[in-house]
Amino acid sequence: MGETTAGVVFIAAMIAALAASHGPLGDHIHRVLTRERHYKAERGLYRAMGVRPGEEQHWAGYARSVLAFSALSVLALYLLQRAQGSLPLSNGFTGVEPGLAWNTAVSFTANTNWQAYSGESTMGVLVQTAGLSVQNFASAAVGIAVAAALMRGFARKTTDALGNFWADLTRITLWVLLPIAFVGAVVLVAGGAVQNLTAFTGATTAAGDAQTLPGGLVASQEAIKNLGTNGGGPFNANAAHPFENPSGWTNFILVYLILVVPFSMPRVFGRMVGDRRQGRAVAAAMAVIALVSTGLVLGFESFANGTVPQAVAAAMEGKEVRFGVADSGVFAAATTLTSTGSVNSFHDSYTSFGGGVLMLNMMLGEVASGGVGAGLYGLLVLAVVTVFIAGLMVGRTPEYLGKKIGGREIKLAGLYFLVTPALVLIGLAASLAVPANLESMQDAGPHGLSELLYAFTSASNNNGSAFAGFGADTPWFNTALGLCMLFGRFLPIILVLALAGSLARQRPVPATAGTFPTHRPLFVGMVVGVTVVLVALTFLPVLALGPLADGLQ
Amino acid sequence: MTRLPRWVPQHFAAVRALLVLTAVTGVLYPLAVLAAAQLPGLNDKAEGSLLHDGDGAVVGSSLIGQSFTDDEGAALPGYFQSRPSIAAGDGGDYDPTASGASNFGPENVVDALPDPGLGWEGDEDAAKSLLTQVCERSYEIGEREGVDGSRPYCAESGDGAVGAVLGVFRSGGVTGEATRAVSLNEACGSVEAPFLAEYEGVPVECAEYGEDYAKAVVTPVEGDAGEPEVPADAVTASGSGLDPHISPAYAGLQVDRVAAERGAGAREVAALVEEHTTGRFLGFMGEPAVNVLELNLALDEAYPLS
Repeated sequence: MGETTAGVVFIAAMIAALAASHGPLGDHIHRVLTRERHYKAERGLYRAMGVRPGEEQHWAGYARSVLAFSALSVLALYLLQRAQGSLPLSNGFTGVEPGLAWNTAVSFTANTNWQAYSGESTMGVLVQTAGLSVQNFASAAVGIAVAAALMRGFARKTTDALGNFWADLTRITLWVLLPIAFVGAVVLVAGGAVQNLTAFTGATTAAGDAQTLPGGLVASQEAIKNLGTNGGGPFNANAAHPFENPSGWTNFILVYLILVVPFSMPRVFGRMVGDRRQGRAVAAAMAVIALVSTGLVLGFESFANGTVPQAVAAAMEGKEVRFGVADSGVFAAATTLTSTGSVNSFHDSYTSFGGGVLMLNMMLGEVASGGVGAGLYGLLVLAVVTVFIAGLMVGRTPEYLGKKIGGREIKLAGLYFLVTPALVLIGLAASLAVPANLESMQDAGPHGLSELLYAFTSASNNNGSAFAGFGADTPWFNTALGLCMLFGRFLPIILVLALAGSLARQRPVPATAGTFPTHRPLFVGMVVGVTVVLVALTFLPVLALGPLADGLQ
Repeated sequence: MTRLPRWVPQHFAAVRALLVLTAVTGVLYPLAVLAAAQLPGLNDKAEGSLLHDGDGAVVGSSLIGQSFTDDEGAALPGYFQSRPSIAAGDGGDYDPTASGASNFGPENVVDALPDPGLGWEGDEDAAKSLLTQVCERSYEIGEREGVDGSRPYCAESGDGAVGAVLGVFRSGGVTGEATRAVSLNEACGSVEAPFLAEYEGVPVECAEYGEDYAKAVVTPVEGDAGEPEVPADAVTASGSGLDPHISPAYAGLQVDRVAAERGAGAREVAALVEEHTTGRFLGFMGEPAVNVLELNLALDEAYPLS
């Protein structure tokens, strides 16, 4: 079997694994989000937090809780990094510089995990586990909680109540993320991922040199960083590092962990709104985009277009032998289609078109299947835009799941869509206007622009992967990319919660013969079309200057 | 006493929630995984899959690659060689405290030539392009293993190889007739003649340090090298810089040299390579790979270097 064929089988096996698990997991998440009774363990935690879980919040209250929790998370993470030098378990590292500490604190709280630092030489065990890993859980739970609020907005009628943020946060962490992460982490240890409290082990190599082997609580962080679509790993090389991702089969496990929750969320949605066909339609739209994109990355990387890949006769630069070109490409597609951003190979060295597709994946708003929670609410916003456009075609007020999409709803959806392109393009343009910033680009010409474009796309869409030749640890980029991550995460969240509030207040209108059915292939096709067209119109000019110019030289 | 604004208590809840979550996910969770990792069978792996010599001293990890070179960085002929590594720290490459990749793009083909007075080592602004690095590695490995090290877009030059890249000045800027051609990666003084004498009717010049060729169209020249004999993984750096594996093809290329150096039969050494090769898991996950450190340790055991 050739390498590309093996890659295709890898994709087929992944689809089978996700298809088998999305039902049970989706039903489980649905129960977790809707269960009336609070378990004893939960009640203990609620008491410790000082919250009343039965008290449902209206959209603004829910949003305030999200923002309060996230703001404090940023602050706490910042202080923890700054104080690292005087805390135990620091591996001897000093406190992190202010600019970098701010960037990293925002990055992990915003589910981005952009890393302007090298993990093994900056962050000790304490910051990695009690700081960064906590946000890997918390930011993921926040994403699912916001999605839950939007689903309740569709499912409920004439109410202001969208659920209780603290209860959602607790339950998602306890019953969804923790169990899967634990099992995943133990499986990764079985594959060779390290999990110990030894900072460093000295070795004398076979050739007689000294080698310093790092340790740490790696497997536990690895599992949640992928499961929670975070991406920030303990080592600079991320999931290319053999201690994070030791073999071909752990690589399969990691891709599965990245995709399993996002692809189960449509099932939750279907259960929430009481019509599983609606969930299947959403999943189908995600799957179509994901499959086409993954196929393109696999194709471009296997074809190895470009001067260096042709000289090498394979796009092997920045890739590991144990994964090969094909499985590296699949991982890269999965990590950019979701908001994960962990990497098992280095995207900067991908073929121009392969790297361009990775950028496009993020520009699509990471909706196929997207970050945990964030992918679902992103796609539902696009579905709202789609029914609006369909409504314009036939000249009647659009509705989705019985809820009228009026002026307020479409304004919120439109603003949601505009946030990230505005951040990417304005951030890119402003950075290019400052001559000193050009030094951060490692490659000359169009590829240098690609590096910068990738950075702003990744930060604004909360992905976190990079064209890593780009020198991001400068005051300008730490600040600018930090702001992009912050606004790129929380402005959409506020808009989604406002949309949820406005939907929940409505009394549903009964479906008539004129209602556009939103569970048919026609609708799936239209959602995919709207997504691609909107993104293409927004980003094609800048893509032409970067990856397209690079690849067509 | 004035009452607190309504948003204040929310922040108390946020502080307490963060503390509770930190206790559960930042302390209990990693410790639970740590406890599970103490089970027999998992323990060694959780500790880093360490390899020990006869005296019990740590020689490395079976998951982390090593370089088998002397102090000058020259390949030790008795050992199978690992892939090129970008993870270079104080202790040479394959430094696990500096994991990472080159991050050079696919069109990184033009060298930043050094000041002739300082040379490649002395001039901090000088940098070899990814293409030139690939060509040099291929040429060097070809020499070492006695095979043809040529590749497309590479040219022999001086006592090594460079990326075969011309800067072509054209009458209309980027189009039109060629008016001048410069071999961008061959500095005047370091080569007797450029790899190509003539391009589209104009003579090819060597590159003059400090001259600005930004207006020239960068034109890689494919040349007539066929399918390269030196495998892809041998001339590229991995993502981690710590890749413990090489492809079976690259291992196969090295068998004769290692066998000769150790006075062993090529067939026996090839059998050892086979033994340390892992295939695709379930037939489709990952790629076949040879663990270089384990293989070299096995060689040291079976056919010690005199």
